[in-house]
Amino acid sequence: MTGEGALSLEPTVVAVILAMAAATVLTKVGGLWLLSRFDVSDRLEAGLSVLPGAIVIALLGPELAAGGPAEWGAGGVVLLVMWRTENILLALVSGVVSVVAFRAVV
Amino acid sequence: MSSDPNTDESVPAESSEVASERSPIETQIESVTFSRDGVRTGILTCIPIAIGVGGYGVAFGVLARQSGLSVAEAAFMSAVVLAGASQIVAVELWADPIPVAAIVFATFAINLRYSLMGAALRPWFRKLTSRQAYGSLFFMADENWALTMRDLKSGSGRGAFLLGSGLVLWLFWVVSTILGATVGGAIGDPQQYGFDFILAAVFVALAVELWEGTSTLVPWLVALGTAIAAANVLPGQWYVIVGGLAAALVEVIRHDG
Repeated sequence: MTGEGALSLEPTVVAVILAMAAATVLTKVGGLWLLSRFDVSDRLEAGLSVLPGAIVIALLGPELAAGGPAEWGAGGVVLLVMWRTENILLALVSGVVSVVAFRAVV
Repeated sequence: MSSDPNTDESVPAESSEVASERSPIETQIESVTFSRDGVRTGILTCIPIAIGVGGYGVAFGVLARQSGLSVAEAAFMSAVVLAGASQIVAVELWADPIPVAAIVFATFAINLRYSLMGAALRPWFRKLTSRQAYGSLFFMADENWALTMRDLKSGSGRGAFLLGSGLVLWLFWVVSTILGATVGGAIGDPQQYGFDFILAAVFVALAVELWEGTSTLVPWLVALGTAIAAANVLPGQWYVIVGGLAAALVEVIRHDG
């Protein structure tokens, strides 16, 4: 946590964000540009298509593994609510409420 | 030791001319316009979905603030990056000093799918000017890409649909980020209210949305196993990249295998 004001724009942070933006634009624009010139094999496409989910799991796994029963239980609640309702806000609120409840019990 | 996994695959030597011969669907597309009407239809169709995306925006804003970004910095990131999952990962990786390489590389890797999505628009977008096509692509996200594909496949010919739907997403994304970041800054000890769990909750929710049936199981197990193993060995957050790439690699090897 920095003690800076809400409106501060630190040059280093802005530079990193711009680098992220450049990387993202490259992916958004690059596909149309590249694939109008070259063919991408189905094989490579299959590999690329699993990346977003795999990265989310790669982040989530160690994070949950570092938690305890309260976090695992609350994770299950989010999974269930999201799966049944597909409502992100409801899922998040349920998760946060249940993690507090589980922590009080466990 | 040095066994080449590609030796049993004969690579067909195609000439680059093949690239101009595409799927038959392209020849069926008659006219694609880039009109005000297309922008408006895109906006109206996307509003309900943009409200849902706003939920992620609020969560991202809270997380960004917890990672030490200011409200302005969080809003700036949402305005210029406009790619939810990668932004959430980025603020999770955020530390002091900022691990620039890991953040930019993770952003690129997570967003690589946009290349494929953008490429899927080619049958229609090749009828637009470069400025129209590439300008629209900046506003592409998962949600409005799906809407746009549905609209264009129905034969509407609305080339500006992606732009219109993307403008709505952009607006909701930035505004909800500011909202979340403002609220996030007012929270004292995040653990007391369970707010330290928001990130894990967001990722669980994202995972539910990204789940594509049992075909997803193997790559995800690979990602999970690799990441947990690598987290004990590698410095910083590189286990995320390693886990993701391992899953992609396994998928490439296993495809049609």
